[in-house]
Formats: sequence, C-alpha cells, structure tokens
Amino acid sequence: MDFTYDDEQVALRDAVKGLVGKAYADFETRRNAVAEDPGFDETLWSRMAEMGLLGLPFAEADGGVGAGPVEIGIVCRELGRVVAPEPYLASVVLAGGLVAACGTPEQRWPVLGALSAGDSVLAFAHDEPGRRWGPTATAVSAIDSDGSWTLSGVKEPVLHGAHADVLVVSAALPDGGTGLFLVSGDDAERTGYAAYDGTRAARISFDGTTATPLGAAGQDVTASIATVQDITRVMAANQALGAMQTALSNTTDYLKSRKQFGVTLNTFQALTFRAADMYVSQELTHSMVEWATMVVAQGDAEALADAASRVALQVSRSGRHIGQEAIQLHGGIGMTAEYAVGTYVAHLTMLDHLFGDGGFQLSRLAASVTEHGALDPLA
Amino acid sequence: MQLELSEEDQAFRQEMRDFFTTQVSEEIRTAVTEGRELTKDQLVESMRTLNEAGLAVPHWPEEYGGRGWSDLKRHLWFEEMQRAGVPTPLAFNASMIGPVLAQFGSEEQKLEFLPKTANLDIWWAQGFSEPDAGSDLASVRTTAVLDGDDWVVNGQKTWTTLGQHADWIFTLVRTDPEVKKQAGISLLLIDMATPGVEVRPIELIDGGHEVNEVWFEDVRVPGDHLVGELNSGWTIAKFLLGNERVGVAPVGATKRSLAYAKELAADLIADDPLLRARVAELENELLALELTALRVAAHSAGGEPHPASSVLKLKGSVLQQAVSELVVDLAGPGSLASGAGDDSDLDGWARRATPTYLNLRKASIYGGSNEVQRQIISRTILGL
Repeated sequence: MDFTYDDEQVALRDAVKGLVGKAYADFETRRNAVAEDPGFDETLWSRMAEMGLLGLPFAEADGGVGAGPVEIGIVCRELGRVVAPEPYLASVVLAGGLVAACGTPEQRWPVLGALSAGDSVLAFAHDEPGRRWGPTATAVSAIDSDGSWTLSGVKEPVLHGAHADVLVVSAALPDGGTGLFLVSGDDAERTGYAAYDGTRAARISFDGTTATPLGAAGQDVTASIATVQDITRVMAANQALGAMQTALSNTTDYLKSRKQFGVTLNTFQALTFRAADMYVSQELTHSMVEWATMVVAQGDAEALADAASRVALQVSRSGRHIGQEAIQLHGGIGMTAEYAVGTYVAHLTMLDHLFGDGGFQLSRLAASVTEHGALDPLA
Repeated sequence: MQLELSEEDQAFRQEMRDFFTTQVSEEIRTAVTEGRELTKDQLVESMRTLNEAGLAVPHWPEEYGGRGWSDLKRHLWFEEMQRAGVPTPLAFNASMIGPVLAQFGSEEQKLEFLPKTANLDIWWAQGFSEPDAGSDLASVRTTAVLDGDDWVVNGQKTWTTLGQHADWIFTLVRTDPEVKKQAGISLLLIDMATPGVEVRPIELIDGGHEVNEVWFEDVRVPGDHLVGELNSGWTIAKFLLGNERVGVAPVGATKRSLAYAKELAADLIADDPLLRARVAELENELLALELTALRVAAHSAGGEPHPASSVLKLKGSVLQQAVSELVVDLAGPGSLASGAGDDSDLDGWARRATPTYLNLRKASIYGGSNEVQRQIISRTILGL
C-alpha cells in the first residue's frame, strides 16, 4: 500500500500545475475566459492537447497516451485548484470515456484521436428534464428504420453541449434498455448558456435527428454508462479536492491579512477553530479521493461503484462545509463575483450535482448497509 | 500509488490476526467486544500474553523490546488487535512512560523499569493533571523540593485514570517556582506505596470508578527517580503527549463497535431507513478516518508525529462518541436498565449502552481536548 506519487507522476503534476496553474494564476484571467463563448481558453486547451493531457485516458491505438486513473486524477486536481473552466471532465473523462468503453475500433480512432489532438470537443448528452441521476435514458428515444437510426426528444443540461463537435447521446432503445449514439453537433438544435460557475451547458433537442450507434447497434449499454459515470465521479472528486484546497488556503490567507477591530482576524479563536474544522474535512476528503482513485485503477466495476458513492458522499459533505465556511469567514467580500472564493463554492456546488449529491449517495449506501460487517479498505 | 498491501504486509497482517484471535483468552476478547469492564487481572494477563510474543511494545526502540516495524506494520498490528477485541497494551506503560524512559531515562532507570513496564509488572499511572492544570498543563503546582538526596513532594493530582490499580506514578512536579512556568517543571517517578501518597476515587457520570485524585503529603522520593535533566519536564511532557495523540484514534475499536451494533440490532436497522442512513454515514466517516490513519502512517518520517495526527485525535474521538450514541438509540427504552443485573430480560449490550455512551464523553477531553487539537491544527498546520 502506497499513497505517494512516483517520479513520473510528480513530474506530470508539476507540468500540469505549470501550464494550468500559470494560465489561471490570476483570477481575473479566469473571469475573462468564462465571460465569452465557448467559456474556456481554447489556446490553453490546445496546449493541454500538445502536452498529451487530452489523450491521457485513451489507448495508444486510439490516438491516446494510455495513462491510468492516477494520472487523470492529477490533471483534474490541478484544474480544480484554479477552477479552470476547460471541459476536461465533461469531454475527455466522461464523453471520451464512453467512446473508449463502447465504441468500435473504427469509431474510437477518429473520435478519440481528434479529441486527443485538441481538434474536437465531445459532450455527453444524457441528463433529461425532470429526471435525477442514473445511467438510463427515457425522454430521448431511438428509432431504427432498417439500420438507419434517428433520435427524438430533449436533453438538458448538457455540459459544453452547445460548443461540442461530437455529441454522445444516450437514448431509450426500441427493444428496451439504453443505447449510445454519436451525433454531429451541428445536426441538433442547441441553445447554450452558462451555469452559475461559468461552466457552459446547453439544451439540445432532437427531432428525427440522424445518429450513428456507438458500438453494436441496438445494444443496451446501461452498465457501461454506469461504470464510466462512476469513474467520472471519482475524477470529479479529484477536481473538487483541488478546489477545496484552494478555498481553504485562500481563507487562511485572508484570516491572516484582514484586519477588524484593529487586529487581524486570526486573533479570534472562534474563526481559527472553524478553519481547523475545514482542514479536518479537507484531509478526510483527501484520503478518500486517493483511495477511490486507486480503486478505479483496480478495475473491478462493483468495487468502483461502491467507492464512487463513498467518495461522492464525502466530497458532497466536505465541499459544502468548506465552501460555505470559506464564504462566511471572508465576510461580505466572499459574496462578490470579482473575488475568487465565491466561484470556488459555486464550482463545488456544480460538481456536487453532476452525478448524484450526498443525499443520493447516502441513500444508495444505506440500502445495502445491512449486507456487510465492518468496512475494510484493504480487503 | 498502490492500494494493495505488499505480500509481506499481507502475511504480517494475517500473522497478527491469527495470533490475536487464538492466543489471547477468548473470555477477555468477548468481554471487550460486549463492552464489559475488564478486571485488573484480565488486563495484566492480556498484556503479558502480548509481551511474551514481543507484541506489547513493538514501537519502542529495538534495544528495549521494540521491533523496528514500519509505521504501516504498527498500524496493522494496532488495528488487528482492536478488531480481535484484544485490550490494547496499557497506554500509560506502552505509549507514555516507556518511550519517555527509553528516550530520556538514565541507564539505571532503563534497566530497572523498562522490562517491568513492558510486562505490566509495574502498573503506571499518569500524574499530570491538577485541578487548575488540565489543558493548561504548564500550570502544575505540585512541588518537589530537594532535601538531602531526596525530593519532598507536596500537592494534588486529579483525573488519575485507573490510579487505584497503579504501582507507580510518573508525575509532573514544579522544581523551580521562580522561572517562566514551562521552565520550572520536572518529571519524577513515584512509588505509590510511599508514605504520604493517598488515592481517593472520583465517581463519574457512568457510575464506574475509573479516575482518582492522588494526594502527596511530604512524600520522600529518592533523587535518582528524576527523569532527564532537572527542569526539563515540559520538553518530556510534550514528547509524551505527541506520542499519546498518535495512539488515540481508535478506528479499529470503533469499527468493531459499529459492526457489533449492526449485528445486534439487525432487524431494527433493516426496518428503519433513517437508522440505515445513520449507520451508512458513520461507516463512511470511519472509512475516511481509517484511510487518513493509513495515509499518516505511510508518511510519518523520523519518529516525529505527523502534524495531521491531530485530525485523527479530533475526528477519532468524535466518531467513537457518535457510534456509542447510536448504540444508546438502538437500545431505546432498554438503555435505561443500566442498573439491572444478569437476571434482567434485556440484552446485556442494551443495558451497557448508556454507561458506555456517558463514559466516552471523556474521549474529546483527555489526551489534549478537541479544542486543543483545533488550536494545534490552526497554529501549526494552517499558520493562523
């Protein structure tokens, strides 16, 4: 058992920090990046491609680099540290992950190759109005007319859906189950908007829209979607951890510098104790995130589902605790858009609601709580 | 990054599991699992069983019986012990005075005391706290004044845990009243059988007799029972308390309590979604704590306690208390029957639930209260 990065992983972390951390060293730069469409810095995205970050999870045969979950987690952690708005989680980890898991070799090479090269952005169109989290689709249905497939229905919100070149769309299959389809972004009707943290999302409607089955036509891939969602949950947890670390360090810096009643805020024990509790939350989360990332690396889908729920529950609880306290300890300035901390809290809230919040995860865990004795992370 | 234990560590873990579940008396382990109070004889028997196999003080320097294990191995040793319901080695001996004597004691003191300490031939008590010196330990007022070759000790200690069983007490005493309060303290070893030492029980809210007051009236202590340099008591106390904090996140024992509660109240939990959620949340928090303990163990360097060990103490005590609270709630009205004897129709675990819950309120107070831990985190780690 080992919780440390090897030399190559340390080098990767430093390189990503050097690129992304430098690009967004100033919060104003980040504000400018999300102010206009596509809501992120396309030059930085290209540099990330050049560095091989966009192809990190994919096999070399598919145009990728063939790295593991620890490496992907490192990238997500560094992106989270600066609340980078680039669509890494949505495009590479989630949509790209689905293509890698379900696509045929003939599909994987062009789609993932272009994604890895920074020439194409992918989006996973899955969430449907009025439904909560899960791996299945109902509101968008797929019709098969003699091998020619079309989709109808509405997906919303779709992260980075308006800008994406390729949409990976989940749809209810004619014979039951949920299938995945590739749709060219331009073939769907799209309305884009910004979420509260600046992340881009869209409403996408399909009306007899031509679609290509991803993998074998008509195949129910619910289990694959669930697994890729679980992996993405763990990577979102890495990203959230990075955001929590910055939210806390910004808060401690502020407590040391801000004066009230003639003294700096860290003179007041009521405040420093709350910062200490934030640190406890952060460290417990850190441990869970490292553990869940290692569970992904083991490749057991059942263990992964459990670990994803557990880390998501922890991240939900800690993210809210650290985020809410970070604003409170900053006082009024924490409410302003030009100051970073509020955006960190908004981003943590967004990550919390992508794939199932704390209550949702707890409900899943509670359902099976009588089926085991004591939990053993080393079993 | 690697989740699995190495083959060597796996084998080690199995070896520990086999030893603890077969070599320590089943009667003692069952009593621990069911939360019953152990007798002195049982605690002594258990520690001697461990010591005979070299498992009582593996964290001591090797020349005094330590094993030179990695921090991970020590962690596995400690977790498996708790998981099997084996009483952990008496902390006053194994975690407190033993390492202190090995580090600061004279050769004579090491030879005289360390083997007896490891084997629980001497039962030690901790004489640190006083009525006006709890978390503010530097305020101790018990005095030791040199008279010929002897120290003459006067004063009062309190919260002396299991002092009624103790043979000796390691005691913080004021040896110089003229200097800054931290600078005038020494550590003295005192035989409890010395004339002038009096132990008075303190009754606690759980109805048990666990702590005591210890009074010293003109107690004569041989000069060579001073540990380390004169007036170096504060340094020694900090060393001791740092070690203490590392060992007070009883993850294994808390996991065992929770698993046991689930087993005993299985029907109740299965029928009640709110209870299931409470259990699931506690399990998740315990998992996070255990993983943090593993992460700290994997990163500890040079024998210095990891700064995050304060996180373990803080969260460990909170979870220990939360599980005991859950058990009281599971017991429901049966939890009232703490005074019922064995002819009661109520289950033993239900009858013991509330005394355990009340007793564990201490966990966030001793060993540096949780407020002290927050102070350490905010100052030492966050630089506030």
